[in-house]
Amino acid sequence: MNYLSQIAFVLVLAIAGYFLAKRIKEIRGNILLGKDVDRSDRKSERMKSMLLVAFGQKKMFKKMIPAFLHLLIYVGFLVINLEVLEFIIDGLVGTHRIFAGPLGDAYTVALNIFEFLAIAVIFSCVVFLIRRNILKVDRFSGIEMKSWPKLDANLILVIEIILMFAILTMNATDQILQTRPDANYTQTGTMVFSATLIPMFDGLSTTGLIITERIAWWFHIIGIFAFAIYVTYSKHLHIFMAFPNTYYANLNLKGEMNNMDEVTNEVKAMLGVGGASTEPPAEISRFGAKDATDLNWVNLMNSYACTECGRCTQQCPANMTGKKLSPRKIMMDTRDRIDEIGKTGGDDGKSLLGDYITKEEINACTSCNACVEACPVNIDPLSIILQLRRYVVMEESSAPQSWNSMFSNIETNFAPWKFPPTDRFKWANDLKTEEKE
Amino acid sequence: MNTENIQVPTMAEMASKGEQPEVLFWVGCAGSFDDRYKKVTKAFVKILNKVGVKFAVLGEEETCTGDPARRAGNEFLFQMQAMSNIQVLDGYGVKRIVTACPHCFNTLKNEYPALGGNYEVVHHSQFLQELIDEGKVRVKEGGGFKGRKITFHDSCFLGRANNVYEAPRKVLESLDAELVEMKRCRTKGLCCGAGGAQMFKDAEPGNKEVNIERTEEALDTGASVIASGCPFCMTMLSDGVKNKEKESSVEVKDIAELIAEAEDLV
Ligand code: SF4
Ligand code: SF4
Repeated sequence: MNYLSQIAFVLVLAIAGYFLAKRIKEIRGNILLGKDVDRSDRKSERMKSMLLVAFGQKKMFKKMIPAFLHLLIYVGFLVINLEVLEFIIDGLVGTHRIFAGPLGDAYTVALNIFEFLAIAVIFSCVVFLIRRNILKVDRFSGIEMKSWPKLDANLILVIEIILMFAILTMNATDQILQTRPDANYTQTGTMVFSATLIPMFDGLSTTGLIITERIAWWFHIIGIFAFAIYVTYSKHLHIFMAFPNTYYANLNLKGEMNNMDEVTNEVKAMLGVGGASTEPPAEISRFGAKDATDLNWVNLMNSYACTECGRCTQQCPANMTGKKLSPRKIMMDTRDRIDEIGKTGGDDGKSLLGDYITKEEINACTSCNACVEACPVNIDPLSIILQLRRYVVMEESSAPQSWNSMFSNIETNFAPWKFPPTDRFKWANDLKTEEKE
Repeated sequence: MNTENIQVPTMAEMASKGEQPEVLFWVGCAGSFDDRYKKVTKAFVKILNKVGVKFAVLGEEETCTGDPARRAGNEFLFQMQAMSNIQVLDGYGVKRIVTACPHCFNTLKNEYPALGGNYEVVHHSQFLQELIDEGKVRVKEGGGFKGRKITFHDSCFLGRANNVYEAPRKVLESLDAELVEMKRCRTKGLCCGAGGAQMFKDAEPGNKEVNIERTEEALDTGASVIASGCPFCMTMLSDGVKNKEKESSVEVKDIAELIAEAEDLV
């Protein structure tokens, strides 16, 4: 009998592992479709930023209430993983609560902490469900928050609640079984939170209890595996991606736009400035970005790390004044598109710019960096917007007419406005005449 | 101040005398051509004269840094501008630059190095703060601002882009006015709507203009002066104040103008 359940467990584990590995390979492959960018420098600074922002949740604390509730879920998640370890060992070896013996009283304390966190997670999830569906916090709506993103957000909250109830049910029935001499269960000491559920199950026969306990156990562990796979298709991937994402994030000042070295060489040649490289120019496939594969891998990794929390969009001046631009949508579109390219190879005649993101959206950006500042996992939607703009201007020459006039003013008058360069220093004369008057 | 002695030396003049200024004042296109922002340029020059800072400008040799071209996506044009500017700056051996435009500041400071232009660049709010810290600018008894409310609008290119939040506030504090903050300030500051080359085109369709949204927020503080440190912000906020028909009771002023005013330089 025991062997049977061990075999079943190995099977479940293998299937889950297979799908998980496949999905991880897919996502990694998709991210690597992006262009190269070097982020191997400043390792200690990167580590620090990862520890503070991802592990320490630093940027979440701009909003105290969601930050606190999120923290409960986050700590609950970290700690409950330890319990999952016990589940896996028990499942594989066919033991029951293998940590109970060696840990002794510490086990009781640990379990009570787990249970407290389980309750905290349930509490936070319920509040989050209310915020999303009843209080209708603005941030959670918007044109990009269509059926799936909405459902995705709610699903995970409900799943987490159910998984936590499974743990509590399991512990409650287990505690009753410990009092039944005929069951001979490992003694764990009192688990205070699940103990409150005992009256619900007290009437069951020993067999009934064993079955309930086992169902809860299996439900919980299968739920965890399913959750792990589901997460890779969901915005909840941020629970893993937040770490590499904050590690590889741009560390330069936000105002700095990256230099296009491929342009530098041409400009040097045009101006006859020394230092233009004499080697034949490397094959430049495209200036700026038209499709998701023209972006760099950090942009693509960003898109998988996006939590769809909308903090960026909420702070975006263009969005808040009713323009179409939403930085969250930029991230979600990028992710959807690279996912699609991963499947179709990208020869579908579609592209990120045009089929997903319109010029109207990117043209509305003031490059104010509010979105970058707001993102709790250091995502940079502005970087994508600016690369798309580069494509529009340099490859398509289809910038808004008034921008083209600005360009030609700079070219001919060396100022974005139409003033003769000889007037540039007139203010100094004005200064003197003004003063004499 | 004795007005006839105001000096605005150019780099070329200095070089011909074999001299080198402590700092180059990068005026910027708005500071050179925009009627409103020319007043800021002049106010800052007066402060420099009063304090006796050895400075120079490029005059007609200055050209657009390329910032709007770059943000709009025209990397070629940006680099053309940047490289010719770097040639001029390096030709004069420029080491330190001060500018009253956060866009020029950001580009010169953060983006020219990749093209070989390395300078120490400060925004005029930082420069003014230095002068105040060194005791060179000492605003007498708060300069007649006592009892007035001033609110400071964070320019995105100074604030979030470069983490300069305190210098302009320190400068304003020297005025002894009451500094009131808008609901959205510092890292959460709201853009004036002009950055990213928006200054040079109409906004996309929406239900409000960004500058109106921001102006409303500034007016909500009850301040009689909206202080800024950026030519684009100044234009956007002035337009907003006009739109709200508040120009008789609320002024939009640059921090340099406020200091100049307090020092009786205007
Ligand atoms: S940088 Fe652009 S997208 Fe981001 S908040 Fe500002 S205007 Fe919106
Ligand atoms: S980009 Fe960042 S702030 Fe915006 S929705 Fe995604 S996770 Fe949230």
